[in-house]
Amino acid sequence: MSPRNGRPNVPVTIDGQDVKAFEGESILELARRVGVPIPTLCHLEGLSIHGGCRLCLVDTGDHKLKPACATEVTAELDVTTTNAEIREHRRRIVELLFAEGNHICAFCVSSGSCELQDLATEHHVDHIHYELGYERHDVDASHPKYVLDRDRCVLCTRCVRVCDEVEGAHVWDVAMRGNEARIVAGMDIPWGESSACTWCGKCVVVCPTGALSFKGRATGEMRHDPELVAFLARARDEGEWIDRRAEA
Amino acid sequence: MAEPNVRARKAGADGEGHPSGDDRFELIDKALKRARFSQDQLIEILHVAQDVFGYLSPDLLVYIGRALKLPPSRVYGVATFYHLFTFEEPGDHSCTICTGTACFVKGADDIVLALSREHSVAAGQTTADGRFTLTTARCLGSCGLAPVAVIDGEVRGHLDAEAAVAAVAANLAASANGDDGAATEPEPERIAEPAGVAGEGN
Ligand code: FES
Ligand code: FES
Repeated sequence: MSPRNGRPNVPVTIDGQDVKAFEGESILELARRVGVPIPTLCHLEGLSIHGGCRLCLVDTGDHKLKPACATEVTAELDVTTTNAEIREHRRRIVELLFAEGNHICAFCVSSGSCELQDLATEHHVDHIHYELGYERHDVDASHPKYVLDRDRCVLCTRCVRVCDEVEGAHVWDVAMRGNEARIVAGMDIPWGESSACTWCGKCVVVCPTGALSFKGRATGEMRHDPELVAFLARARDEGEWIDRRAEA
Repeated sequence: MAEPNVRARKAGADGEGHPSGDDRFELIDKALKRARFSQDQLIEILHVAQDVFGYLSPDLLVYIGRALKLPPSRVYGVATFYHLFTFEEPGDHSCTICTGTACFVKGADDIVLALSREHSVAAGQTTADGRFTLTTARCLGSCGLAPVAVIDGEVRGHLDAEAAVAAVAANLAASANGDDGAATEPEPERIAEPAGVAGEGN
């Protein structure tokens, strides 16, 4: 979140509550500031906006659904962050994500530290109505320290963005399209052979699922730390190195 | 004086030759200059590169990425997003079958199946002998002629499995009969095509 000048002065209604937003603020930023929860997946504070997962859909009047993370507030906007329709959409999105990959929590390193798992619990996804797409992709275990399991990837592109925008190495990108879309290192080379990779591990800590993990972790042992990026952004932009552990 | 690189003799119109030793890169350089090395022009450049080389090799992608100051994964990601780009050397002959909505409804799948059976090759691949490449594309923009295929660069409409197989076989036979090397100039033989290929000139 970039520092804002002046006072918030854009009048917005969010779930019936009258609030003031900053000029250029996204609906998501505003909601978080005033304590209204909106689920997200691809969004991560400190990175650019992707707007790809659509879990943050909110109603901005006239039954228009917009991604809260990628929509700027406008004066007199009347936002509804949850209703039956929105919840149903979100539940379906989560279900589709589950259908696409290998999201069998009982066998996953990230079980217990997985944003997809949390979303499924929150949206009562207890079974999948769609044909399962798993298994489609391969596992890249060529890196000495990390593993990429592409069938657990939800293509949020956090890893792509953190590597490009924070680390500056741009090892990752998304290749192919549709069902074949996958994260690739360089020109689809084994990760361990990438000379651009600095082994910093930021892609691993921001991954919302078990797609990227530290090598050698057993089921449920992986812990991600996506808030690291917001900390880095604050350190870089505002010169504030706040001890996150002391704060927590 | 240094020995001129033998491989540099492909297109060397201005005599100098490209430092890579392959003068086809001069055409890429020209396109890059025309685009003022703008990163937004990546797709345009990829088109030129594919035209010039027939396919996009990893080296070529690296070369373009460097010129435009783009990371390799980005170039690769953009290139692989589009159906029109190929990454392996194409066979001497090719058939691209449209599997867009109109063609799909009119039985494009049967054509794909028939050709892949006939030549034991999956869509998107080249036969082991390098003679034939089978590909599919989503809507070639000639839906009125559905089902449509492009066989060795020629658009054929109102096809069915039999006609497509026959047309491909004819082209393959034509270049096999001629002395080898004739594969790139089958024009004269192509007149003798099976009558089953209707719909041209619509
Ligand atoms: S969080 Fe808004 S689209 Fe993913
Ligand atoms: S669907 Fe085949 S040309 Fe349009």
